[in-house]
Amino acid sequence: MTHGEPGGNGLEKRRPLSPHLQIYRPMLTMIMSIAHRLTGIMLYVGTLLLAWLLIAASTSADAYATAAACVNSIPGKVILFCFSWALFHHLLGGLRHMIWDAGHGFAHPQREWLAQATLIGGIVLTVGIWGIAYWVP
Amino acid sequence: MATGSVPVPHAGSKLRFLGSAKSGTADAWNMRVTSIALFPLSIAFVAIVLSLLGKDYTAARAELGNPFVAIILLLFILTGVFHMKIGMQSIIDDYVHDAHLKEWSLIANLFFSVCIGLTCLYAALKLSLT
Repeated sequence: MTHGEPGGNGLEKRRPLSPHLQIYRPMLTMIMSIAHRLTGIMLYVGTLLLAWLLIAASTSADAYATAAACVNSIPGKVILFCFSWALFHHLLGGLRHMIWDAGHGFAHPQREWLAQATLIGGIVLTVGIWGIAYWVP
Repeated sequence: MATGSVPVPHAGSKLRFLGSAKSGTADAWNMRVTSIALFPLSIAFVAIVLSLLGKDYTAARAELGNPFVAIILLLFILTGVFHMKIGMQSIIDDYVHDAHLKEWSLIANLFFSVCIGLTCLYAALKLSLT
């Protein structure tokens, strides 16, 4: 396609080098790819929550009670729910990447099936674990 | 190119003739090894969190004082922090192009990962050793 030319008038900076998001119709596999990255970022930021809870627990009962109360509030539970979904989604996505590393699952029906299984599996695991958390106190 | 000349790299061009990055295999390998380790460790972590629900403070501390639980938690923290540092590094490499911003972002990523890791490690050790 186009290359950056010496002495260019800056047009090469604005010209896309190949058809990109402006051209491609969103497909499940490409959505799942960016979702894997996004859930990774969510988990990265979520380690702050983990660090806070652990430090609170190791400091004193009062600190822990405050932290636990925040997490048990409605926004706290929403954040925890999203974090747990990110964990399960990223976990299953990682499994999918491992399958690809072994050389399997690239052909047409399998890669779509793997993407769907990851997406649905992540939701099922999240809802399932939260169900267990509430049903078996 | 109409003139047939070789494009000369300059600040505006994407092509810079810098050669290979020379390293990256270690990161790719460590990503895979940490992923393999994190698979059982994450499941164990979720199990530990579930078993801590509904426990009062003393019971929670007693559980976290159990050596098996504590070691699993420590392994999860260390492996997870290493995994996330490499992952975020790939993201910065992919999306941050300004040279100075990239350098500082990579440094910030390293510092964040180390600090979070050490913080969680300290807390987990304090919980299990005291």
